[in-house]
Amino acid sequence: MINVLLITFAASLLFISIANRLLTFIRILAFQGIILFGVSFMELNEINTVNLIFILLETIVFKTVAVPMFMSYVIKKNNITRETEPYLPYFLSLVIVTLIIIGTFLISNVIEDPRLNKVYFVVALSALFTGLYIIMTRKKLITHVMGFLVIENGVFILSLAVGSEMPMLVNTGILLDLFVSVLLLGIFVNRIGDVLQDVDVDQLQNLKD
Amino acid sequence: MTAIYLLGALIICTLLFLNKKRKVNYWLVAAFLLLQWVLTIYEFMHRDTEEYLGFFKADALALLMLATLSVVAIPAFYHSYLYFQNRKPTPRVRSIYFMSMTLLLAAVSGAYLSNHLAVTWVFVELTTLAASGLVYHHRDASALEGTWKYIFVCSISITLVFIGILFTSIALQQAGHAELSYPALLEQATSLNMFWLRLAFIFIFTGYTAKMGLVPMYTAGIDAKDKAPSPAGALLSSVLMNMGFVGMFRFYEVIAKTSLHAWSNNVIFIAAGLSVFVATVYMLKVENIKRMLAYSSIEHTGLVMLGVAAGGVGYYAAILHLIFHAFAKSSLFFQIGQVHRTFGSKHISGTGNYFKYNLPGALVLLLGFICATAMPPSGLFISEFMIFRSLFEGHHLIILVVVLVLLTLIIWAFGKNMFKLLFTPLANFDETKKGKVHGYESVSQFVLLGLVIYLGFNPPAEMVALIQDAVKNLPQ
Repeated sequence: MINVLLITFAASLLFISIANRLLTFIRILAFQGIILFGVSFMELNEINTVNLIFILLETIVFKTVAVPMFMSYVIKKNNITRETEPYLPYFLSLVIVTLIIIGTFLISNVIEDPRLNKVYFVVALSALFTGLYIIMTRKKLITHVMGFLVIENGVFILSLAVGSEMPMLVNTGILLDLFVSVLLLGIFVNRIGDVLQDVDVDQLQNLKD
Repeated sequence: MTAIYLLGALIICTLLFLNKKRKVNYWLVAAFLLLQWVLTIYEFMHRDTEEYLGFFKADALALLMLATLSVVAIPAFYHSYLYFQNRKPTPRVRSIYFMSMTLLLAAVSGAYLSNHLAVTWVFVELTTLAASGLVYHHRDASALEGTWKYIFVCSISITLVFIGILFTSIALQQAGHAELSYPALLEQATSLNMFWLRLAFIFIFTGYTAKMGLVPMYTAGIDAKDKAPSPAGALLSSVLMNMGFVGMFRFYEVIAKTSLHAWSNNVIFIAAGLSVFVATVYMLKVENIKRMLAYSSIEHTGLVMLGVAAGGVGYYAAILHLIFHAFAKSSLFFQIGQVHRTFGSKHISGTGNYFKYNLPGALVLLLGFICATAMPPSGLFISEFMIFRSLFEGHHLIILVVVLVLLTLIIWAFGKNMFKLLFTPLANFDETKKGKVHGYESVSQFVLLGLVIYLGFNPPAEMVALIQDAVKNLPQ
């Protein structure tokens, strides 16, 4: 069952690569949040209440509800047009993300480690590289934040792969990271929307040598 | 004590945020400085004792960096005070500025003292938050751009560090352990899985380069140092870069115990060599003095890492170099703040003949230039010479020659800009519009530069012992 969820997650990465509307993108992110909850719920062998609350907070409340709502608020407030505006055609994105997944598959074959579940590793690394790819090829700042969230999801899966008993400290770290970065980035997308006319990277090319 | 310090800093931050009165703000900042010094002295007296479940430990490296920070913090707050005396900001802007600066210093101190991979990570994350408050200070379009880039690049790199930590814990699990504190890692180093450790080093190293100012993630730091007010820029290019080094160095100590040592040195050589190269290229064409100083910091971290990678006497030299660089570079940044007040510009083309307008300030710049380019009598000359010696002794002759050529170019570019600022009369400069700067505002810079020179010639036995203690875990 965990494998099915993880493969669904990998498939959602392919959908992200061809999502042409920001709203679709946000929905896929929310969907990924639900998948992550499912995976962590099944992965954790001994669930104590504190851990469960923490994971609920992180995946359902934060990744599935709060962040997508905040994103759509930012989009509405700044009148951001609904296209994701990639530099490359969607078909090419689909091919590249597929190649990323195949590539991580091949990399994972090199690892000879009985303790590590390779499906986790493949999905996590694919999410990481897909996120970086999205950041590189999309024009809008808000899509950069979304690419960052995809990376964060990948990191979450990786941390699940590391051990079913995540140290609380590390867990707090993930939450802190998400919280700080999303909040700050969101605020600044808002501010950039106030100061500049359009919210894309072309506006941010004044600081250079 | 660390917990008391962090709690105290947090309370002071909150009060700074809530209180908009000028006098109260200054008293709170003074209280923080007192707390900072109490912590430093306390940690000196309780060296190598673990605090709070082993999360914090004042080892030699932490003490050296903490002392450097406490020294730089005083003039940083003093120059912030001068900055606000002349700028008349809104109370809100001022209180956010001081809050961010206090939080930055507290987070950096926490990162120095932390004895645990994940704790360091949390504090590094906090510095991004604090620094963005400082970079956004002017609240205009370009400050916004600088802040956005800084937060984005730092968030990505901090995520990379986190992935590195996860890989480390995989490597640890194979050895049958789950303790991520540095002493435990050092102890288990040889039994760790090399494959995962190698991946971990790549990720952690790349992640920390954003704070340290090395290729590949150095870019965001340049904009941040340019857009932040100069007292904040001084902190960003001294203590914050040292923090990146501390984070990287503690993990490098673990790597150095394993069979990956030679490989990791090659990685560092590539990153450090490229950093010096990139710094040279930009120093030759840069127009903005603050950005020029920021690129000079990239060059110096590059040299420091070359020393670390070369080994031998290079380890000692690297830490010495970091301390001297923090003093020299921050004093230059403080002075550039005054240059900006005099001319209303921080561009080479908008400044000139500084000797005529502010003699002590011009002397600071001249002396600072000599110190930052590592000419005698600067202490940086001694540390840089030792780094070159370590490169020579390690038979890295090609790197040595290339770096020396690049450094010559850097000195030329640095000098060309600096002498233009100091001596060439500025056409069309309306002297009635010149900002008022007092001579005594340069005293703190003289003290810092004096420290660079004095500590270079007469390093106290205590400091030498501390540096040797800091590198004792590395193979000599």
